[in-house]
Amino acid sequence: MRKIEAIFRPERLERVMTELESAGFVAMTVSEVRGRGEQKGIKLQFRGREMDIDLLPKIKIEVVVDDGREEQVVNLIMNSAKTGKYGDGKIFVIPVEKVLRVRTGEMVV
Amino acid sequence: MAIDSGDTAWILASTALVMLMTPGVGLFYGGMVRGKNVVSMIALSFVAFSLVSIQWVLFGYSLAFGNDISGFIGGLDYIGMEGVGMDGSGIPNLLFMVFQLVFAAVTLAILTSCMAERVKLSSFIVLGLLWTTFVYDPLAHWAWGGGWAAELGALDFAGGTVVHISSGFAALAVALVIGRRVGFKEHSMEAHNVPMTLMGASLLWFGWFGFNAGSALAADGLAAHAFVVTNTAAAAGALAWLFASWESGKPSSLGMVSGAIAGLVAITPAAGFVDIKSSIVIGAVAGIICYRALLFRISIGLDESLDAWAIHGVGGLWGAIATGIFAVESVGGVSGLIYGNVDQFIAQLIGAFGALGYALVVTFVIAKIVDATMGLRVSEEEEYVGLDISQHGETAYA
Repeated sequence: MRKIEAIFRPERLERVMTELESAGFVAMTVSEVRGRGEQKGIKLQFRGREMDIDLLPKIKIEVVVDDGREEQVVNLIMNSAKTGKYGDGKIFVIPVEKVLRVRTGEMVV
Repeated sequence: MAIDSGDTAWILASTALVMLMTPGVGLFYGGMVRGKNVVSMIALSFVAFSLVSIQWVLFGYSLAFGNDISGFIGGLDYIGMEGVGMDGSGIPNLLFMVFQLVFAAVTLAILTSCMAERVKLSSFIVLGLLWTTFVYDPLAHWAWGGGWAAELGALDFAGGTVVHISSGFAALAVALVIGRRVGFKEHSMEAHNVPMTLMGASLLWFGWFGFNAGSALAADGLAAHAFVVTNTAAAAGALAWLFASWESGKPSSLGMVSGAIAGLVAITPAAGFVDIKSSIVIGAVAGIICYRALLFRISIGLDESLDAWAIHGVGGLWGAIATGIFAVESVGGVSGLIYGNVDQFIAQLIGAFGALGYALVVTFVIAKIVDATMGLRVSEEEEYVGLDISQHGETAYA
């Protein structure tokens, strides 16, 4: 199994969720996070001075899928979160060792 | 007539009540924007209040209440508070002046709806000053300062036309000039803090007792009457919006308090002229038509963001017309349409649409001028990070 961890613009959450859901990926964990990338946030001009907005609000979603389906999920998220500008975010794919269901204690994988 | 201590006490209290409505508007609006713009939204109301407070004592009051110049504007008799002192008839002239000041201030605060989450602070200051001088002051003169609307006999007890039609339709004009927020209709821009909006609505409802019952300008039976119809119409508006929105989903608390504000707006011009049974009808109809206006506004993709047009503009227009329909002689000495007085009904239409047209056109021109010279909007990046950081260097939440 693979965990897909995607960090992107908060205003795209609705779109990403709808896309994932209509492709059958319902289970997910969503958190509101703040972060920065290589550009170190946004620089605003204020009366000739520069003002750094360092950590910008982002959304992080985590989805765990069977091996071989991660590409589909990555593409879905990529397409619905992309604006083409700096600050669109990152997607990480991580191998998952074990999955346990809390309610029953059974090993899912 | 000498100064009456009872009247003076009540109008002093009313003035303070109405003052509280301005930050009330700020909180009402502040809860409805995204968390990155809440400081800005509340601050705009304080800016509006401070700006008008200075403008009014310097020359605004004189333009509205100075000696009439061809029915359009007041003269400069009272400039810098010249001749406005502690004496007066019933209440001190200074008290009348400051009671009118808080009305002028809250009107500019209502207008901030259409600029939410994208206006440049410096441009708002210039726009606000021009607007209160060239739109509010003449309209206040028309209705209350001996201008043509008063001459015609158009009734506006507490400012349905002067405050609500003017700010509501001005909001429509500015919305057309400033344009939509980035991402409007593409992703959701839901209210970030509903309790804050409910708190704002409470302050508005509370302050409105000073607004309407204070407009009797005396501590008398008419003030009590205005107090009761105000509360009744607000309640009817809240319930009407609640039930009207129930059929298309869960009835939101936001809708309910919007309905209360719609009822308050609509009863404002009528508070000293209609009876209590009519105030139920006026409030309930306001709740329904303002709700419809809001749905229409969304359906045409107009980003008049926090619905000053739908609630204050449309509600104010309905209130002005309703005054002409339901006015009854036993309350304010004038009969309306249902008692066979067609002339009053027509006077209401002329007064309301005259103010509406003037507010729409002059505001549009002012907004265009400010936009062309200094730009009404912040840059796209500033809008993205939010006005709290980009305009004030502050954040509401960690």
